Amino acid sequence: MDLTYTQEEESFRAGLREWLARTLPQLPPRPDPLDWPGRRAYDMGWQRRLYDAGYAGLHWPVDAGGRGATPTQHLIFLEETEKAGAPYVGANFVGLLHAGPTIASEGTAEQRARWLPPVLRGDEVWCQGFSEPDAGSDLASLRTRAWRDGDDYVVSGSKIWTSHAEVADWCELLVRTTPVSDDVPKHRGISWLAMPMDAPGITVRPLRTLAGSTEFAEVFLDEVRVPVANRVGAENDGWRVTMVTLSYERGTAFVGEVVACRRVLGDLAREARKNGRWDDAVLRRRLGRLSAEFGALWRLTQWNVSESQRAGSGVPGVGGSVFKLRYSHARQELYEAAGEVLGPAGALDLGHEWTLDRLSSLSYTIAAGTSQIQQNIVAERILGLPKGR
Amino acid sequence: MDFQLTEDQRALRDGVREILEGRFDGAALRGAADSGPPSLDRALWRELGDAGFFSLRVPEAEGGVGLGLAEAVLAFEEAGRALLPGPLVATFLAAGEVAGAAQGTTVVTAASGGLVPWLEEADVVRGDVSGAVPLRSVDPLTPLHRVPGDGGEGGAADAEGDLLIAAEQLGSAGKTCEMAVRYARERTQFGQAIGAFQAVKHLCAQMLVRAEVARAAVYAASVTGDGAEIAGAKLLADEAAVRNARDCLQVHGGMGFTWEADVHLHLKRAWVREGLGRSAARAEEELAAAL
Ligand SMILES: Cc1cc2nc3c(=O)[nH]c(=O)nc-3n(C[C@H](O)[C@H](O)[C@H](O)COP(=O)(O)OP(=O)(O)OC[C@H]3O[C@@H](n4cnc5c(N)ncnc54)[C@H](O)[C@@H]3O)c2cc1C
Repeated sequence: MDLTYTQEEESFRAGLREWLARTLPQLPPRPDPLDWPGRRAYDMGWQRRLYDAGYAGLHWPVDAGGRGATPTQHLIFLEETEKAGAPYVGANFVGLLHAGPTIASEGTAEQRARWLPPVLRGDEVWCQGFSEPDAGSDLASLRTRAWRDGDDYVVSGSKIWTSHAEVADWCELLVRTTPVSDDVPKHRGISWLAMPMDAPGITVRPLRTLAGSTEFAEVFLDEVRVPVANRVGAENDGWRVTMVTLSYERGTAFVGEVVACRRVLGDLAREARKNGRWDDAVLRRRLGRLSAEFGALWRLTQWNVSESQRAGSGVPGVGGSVFKLRYSHARQELYEAAGEVLGPAGALDLGHEWTLDRLSSLSYTIAAGTSQIQQNIVAERILGLPKGR
Repeated sequence: MDFQLTEDQRALRDGVREILEGRFDGAALRGAADSGPPSLDRALWRELGDAGFFSLRVPEAEGGVGLGLAEAVLAFEEAGRALLPGPLVATFLAAGEVAGAAQGTTVVTAASGGLVPWLEEADVVRGDVSGAVPLRSVDPLTPLHRVPGDGGEGGAADAEGDLLIAAEQLGSAGKTCEMAVRYARERTQFGQAIGAFQAVKHLCAQMLVRAEVARAAVYAASVTGDGAEIAGAKLLADEAAVRNARDCLQVHGGMGFTWEADVHLHLKRAWVREGLGRSAARAEEELAAAL
């Protein structure tokens, strides 16, 4: 067990730090969180800067336009950008963190060439069209249909909770290409398509979250034509591709956030010392416990990264579920504590960043697979307990 | 950075596990638990000494094995899995300072957190134990005395001791998770293995998560030796051992409430270890102060 970074890793870190110190002051002010087009422009502008500096797609393979960096270098990247308070991946979340890596690992050479460079350059935004009104946790029961007409699939149905749909160019879309029957179980007839969001027949209806923003939407699909060439993986083999997507979503997508949470915890302590709440031993101990928690989650991240680096597979394992389970609850605890530190007047003020973050933390135990579903995954796939009915 | 066990570390862990399985298996544990007032198995103690268990950190030049804190943690994790009784931590810390400790011929105990385990069986006692009063120990495998003071906490040895206790807790937390999973696969009710029921499944999943988070904390603290990390490791490992034992008991149903099931032995020892060394309150206050 070795927690020291190699010379090479440290010089990578130093170069990145220097670049961040130079670049962050040049950034325009962040747009209002409710201004989606503004946020898209801001988030993609940040991606463009990363691209120009050679930091885009660090962890992607070289033949996918990435830098082919080691998982440890990617970890250092996440650590340093979060520490420096650099912009969050934001609207580029799906493209950069799971649609892109899925295409990099499952797509053809043409597909990689078509879709990956624009993600890295910050030209195109992706969204995820997996969930449907009647298929959330039970994702494989999705009903959006696609039938073949010449070189196209014709797609009809609807998707829900589609984050960033309002501003997305592409959608990683799950469709049913073979109806469920006695011979075809529900996992079998699914395909994974890249759907252009400007195709005729698509209607996006924004949904308002409990935080008041329209970060996700309902997407209605009425005979939308998607070229067959846009299918990633074989027809009816989409479930396997989906597992790859979900393992990236759970495995790597939250990693940098732990660093951000540790920073917030330090801010909470500073604020409590300033406003007198620090005298409350119960609150103090709560913050102390959170410090142990986030410290351990950071170490667990390093453990998981080292493990995948040794395995060399690139695709994160189910260990991501262990991490996601604990992290999503810890994040909620953190912002509960933030409410305590702020006291009622602050905690009820939507003008305070922590209040907004407290609201958004509520989604962490639901999005990307609920805690109940993650517990099933840990129990069945790691511990080998029998599947329930 | 490569935060994984090296080949040598794996071999060490497997070696210690093998010795303990050969010399202190489930039957030996039951035998010890059922034999009335606990007595220290001095032959086993010497065998551990011969195998280098106590001298793991003593420099080779002084006749020890010359390994580091990380290796010590791996060995103590195995001791925790096996629920090996005795003042292991105090004897380990005394190796190289107290004659015979490294060889397992001198049994050393120490006062910690107002408690002294194995006071009457030990050859050497460290810390102030004047006014020691025997307790009726909840753990049938750990005799305990109460002492007026707290035994004097706060030194480097205490930090190392706390980390080794945390390693034992980690071993116990992993073991009770395994015990629960095994039982959940075997025991059937309503025509199926109880492990197919989600309520049981989720208890087991949380046990694994607790053990893995504690593992990351304990291993990292063993590599850095950092005071705050050790406090966090003790906190999370105590919690993992106690909560996992309780959930394991729940998974075992009525069987879990019996003397025959080993579950209660893990729970009681986890409580004892929680009482030794840094308390949760102290660890939390220290961590808060460092924020
Ligand atoms: C902020 C946010 C962003 C999202 N973004 C996207 C996106 O971009 N694209 C996308 O496709 N989806 C997205 N989702 C959807 C998300 O993946 C689903 O909400 C999630 O998988 C749960 O599905 P559901 O909402 O239908 O809840 P349900 O599946 O109806 O679950 C309701 C409750 O029942 C429980 N439950 C369900 N099944 C079981 C079971 N077998 N065992 C035990 N308990 C069970 C759940 O844990 C939950 O508590 C997003 C969700 C949120 C909150």
